[in-house]
Amino acid sequence: MTARIGVVTFPGSLDDRDTQRAIRLAGAEPVALWHKDRDLHQVDAVVLPGGFSYGDYLRAGAISRFSPVMETVIEQAKAGLPVLGICNGFQILTEAHLLPGGMLGNDHLHFICRDQKLRVENTSSAWTVDYSAGQEIHIPLKNMDGRYVADEYTLDKLEAEGRVAFRYVDFNPNGSLRDIAGITNEAGNVVGLMPHPEHAVEPLIGSGRTDGLPFFTSILKKLVNA
Amino acid sequence: MSRTPLDTVEHAAATPDVELPWAELGLKKDEYERVVEILGRRPTGAELAMYSVMWSEHCSYKSSKVHLRQFGEKAPQSDALLVGIGENAGVVDVGQGYAVTFKVESHNHPSYVEPYQGAATGVGGIVRDIIAMGARPVAVVDPLRFGAADHPDTKRVLPGVVAGIGGYGNCLGLPNIGGEVVFDACYQGNPLVNAGAIGVMRHEDIHLAKASGAGNKVILYGARTGGDGIGGASILASETFDDAKPSKRPAVQVGDPFQEKLLIECTLEAFKEKLVVGIQDLGAAGLSCATSELASNGSGGMRVTLDDVPLRDSTLSPEEILMSESQERMCAVVEPEKVDRFLEICEKWDVIATVIGEVTDGDRLEIFWHGGKIVDVDPRTVAHDGPVYERPYARPSWQDELQADDANKLPRPTTSDELKQQVLKLVSSPNQASKKWITSQYDHFVQGNTVLAQPEDSGMIRIDEKTGLGVAIATDGNGRYAKLDPYTGAQLALSEAYRNVATTGAKPLAVSDCLNFGSPEDPAVMWQFAEAIRGLADACQQLGTPVTGGNVSLYNQTGEVAIHPTPVVAVLGVIDDVARRTPVAFQEEGQLLYLLGDTREEFGGSAWSQVVHDHLGGLPPKVDLERERLLAEILISASRDGMIDSAHDLSDGGLIQAVVESALLGGKGARLIVPDGLDAFTFLFSESAGRAVVAVPRSEEVRFNDMCGARGLPVTRIGVVDGDTVELQGEFELTLDELRTAHEGTVPGLFA
Repeated sequence: MTARIGVVTFPGSLDDRDTQRAIRLAGAEPVALWHKDRDLHQVDAVVLPGGFSYGDYLRAGAISRFSPVMETVIEQAKAGLPVLGICNGFQILTEAHLLPGGMLGNDHLHFICRDQKLRVENTSSAWTVDYSAGQEIHIPLKNMDGRYVADEYTLDKLEAEGRVAFRYVDFNPNGSLRDIAGITNEAGNVVGLMPHPEHAVEPLIGSGRTDGLPFFTSILKKLVNA
Repeated sequence: MSRTPLDTVEHAAATPDVELPWAELGLKKDEYERVVEILGRRPTGAELAMYSVMWSEHCSYKSSKVHLRQFGEKAPQSDALLVGIGENAGVVDVGQGYAVTFKVESHNHPSYVEPYQGAATGVGGIVRDIIAMGARPVAVVDPLRFGAADHPDTKRVLPGVVAGIGGYGNCLGLPNIGGEVVFDACYQGNPLVNAGAIGVMRHEDIHLAKASGAGNKVILYGARTGGDGIGGASILASETFDDAKPSKRPAVQVGDPFQEKLLIECTLEAFKEKLVVGIQDLGAAGLSCATSELASNGSGGMRVTLDDVPLRDSTLSPEEILMSESQERMCAVVEPEKVDRFLEICEKWDVIATVIGEVTDGDRLEIFWHGGKIVDVDPRTVAHDGPVYERPYARPSWQDELQADDANKLPRPTTSDELKQQVLKLVSSPNQASKKWITSQYDHFVQGNTVLAQPEDSGMIRIDEKTGLGVAIATDGNGRYAKLDPYTGAQLALSEAYRNVATTGAKPLAVSDCLNFGSPEDPAVMWQFAEAIRGLADACQQLGTPVTGGNVSLYNQTGEVAIHPTPVVAVLGVIDDVARRTPVAFQEEGQLLYLLGDTREEFGGSAWSQVVHDHLGGLPPKVDLERERLLAEILISASRDGMIDSAHDLSDGGLIQAVVESALLGGKGARLIVPDGLDAFTFLFSESAGRAVVAVPRSEEVRFNDMCGARGLPVTRIGVVDGDTVELQGEFELTLDELRTAHEGTVPGLFA
């Protein structure tokens, strides 16, 4: 039996179908979850996909964080359910206080879409065990509000606890503090990042690399071995 | 307009002498008289509103219709065409049971007045055209033209337009995979913001804009109706800008991409459950257009209660409700027993949906307001029987002089160093420079099917994950060529788009166009327009690629000065397996570079003549459509059989522009040799059509040459992929770093 991984569709989610594809390509079973439905349908893990939920007209993620499905996600994440937030999903996770800090508008004030180089700095989380420490990968990045910020105390704490999961390399595309691209929670079951691993899972498509696939094989390995 | 008492049909019949503001609404006197003649009485205010927007140039094509007919009359036999001109967008069979719909439209005037919203709603409008056909939108492209790159107003318009396209398209989740950005002083007061979209569906899912079946309900869903864009179609799009008139800002619509995203999802879900009989999006002319077109394309009439339209502003008059161009609205015709389910789906997506009327037995479109009948018309007279003008046209007096001013006689570089400097100047000029700063503001990854995106020759999208079936689209247009000779210019636009599609390995199938011209009331402009259409229709016939639809944008002029005639042509192609696609970037050192086609001394309208001499004169490059077809066949075969690893079409900027782009994208240089019979200057800068440069692995050299030889395509070995410089042997060498700085620094330097 393979793992069932839920992908939540909020109004304005854009990469939900892409994420389902990535889960499928990794060998797991994707399960569509709906924002108005509190029931997670017995999934083993949840991905909050990218997009512009509620248009990002308020602060990005600020409305989705209060959707019915998030009540259950928050509760179960605290109990150890693996959760990955990609881009808008990362923003929702910070709004939900499952991850510290928050996202501001890019420092250059433009939307940016590029193939971004990252360094993997945490290989113990539920979503990163298939990477090697210090591995450099290319993952597409596309956002308007991607500037990660937190107070100095939080940043120091994240660094000290090895919870900076990904850092931008060579070029900081949005002004994120300490080049932070993604982080994990203390337990390592919740991971959020701005770049889009689901867009780097097939050699022909998008960036033309498969550097994002280990996110999905990591979680599969973790769930199947558990 | 008089609203006390309500201007009902009855009231209008009883008060024949009431003066109506037909001129303010953009109608000409004879047009107004024609309305009176059709109705047998004066129109009500609401009827006048409908006729005035639907008979505007933008909606009725009254100046262009007589010429556009050629696209139908000369349409080539094509098995691929499923739905042709006249619907929201054309539909093409791409095999394996899939159909693709695509279209290009203009949003030029609004984008000059309010760049962000103008461009954003342009994307919104074209995408609704695609969903109205029953298709899921899968990609957008944006051919853009601005005034001089260094003009202060371009700094206002371009960043706003780019942010608007990104802001809207990115939020919809549509990858932006192609388009162009061109600068020319002629577009200073009239930027061209064209927007194209592609959608995919199964053959059986094609939907049409028609209201049939008496008793079926008419459902308006999406955004509430507000006061934005009132008269946009008639006042904004159909009149020349003039400094003396007041600001037109209030006539530009404001977009809400989040609402549109919900509209897409809920429409597709309703299609999936087969709940929709007919559908129409609300764009230009809003409800006037949707109700009259649905009714006139169907078998019956329609009755609408305007009081039921959800409003954002409760003070709107019925005339304003009919004219409003509030975005993100659609109109569906649904059988009575399916209405509940339709409304349920709308509710699931938090989309407001309201039954506003029903299809009737008769043949009249009747609209009610506060219990009174304010519209009673034959919908055909509104939607289809608008005025048709045979506008006078005449070859402009200056055309001969322009063509006599031969660009081939301009001074050419005399030393190797001068040649090198001109290469650098060319690749760093705003038109030839990298547009990465612009395209990186568009999402091209979303949906996870993007195989190629700009700056590739065409954008390519996979449409079937299992088989690898894909479609490609390229848009091209060169206003400088068209100014020198509109007939040839239009054919060159088609040739280039056709070639661009084939260069990536896809087979060109069909055409959409966006015809941007000045005022049709100027006989010189009308001649350009007539010539361009004749050229395009002739070429489509010869290449076997039918025009499936498109858009005409006239009145692109400021005062007496029109833009260059700018037919923008989109070609759609199909590729059986996207794994066979050919990219622009050089892939491997040691591969051999071949130039396909003939190079002649052709510099009229060239990028070189513009960049080095600020010159426009002479004749554009010659068109040879049979050669284009042969070249395309060779490129497609070579891609399918793995004989080439990269290919780039040659167009503006000539060979050196193409080689520099391939080198920079691949991070690999090239050593070039001037072939026998050509001089270095012509080799580098000529813009002869029907050419491409390809990189051939050594193992394929014989096979590739044999194929070209057997089919009679001239092929010349011109060098090799090598090192980290672009070198023309015996002349000059430029490092990739130098070239990259020159090519990629210009646009951010101007706009960042």
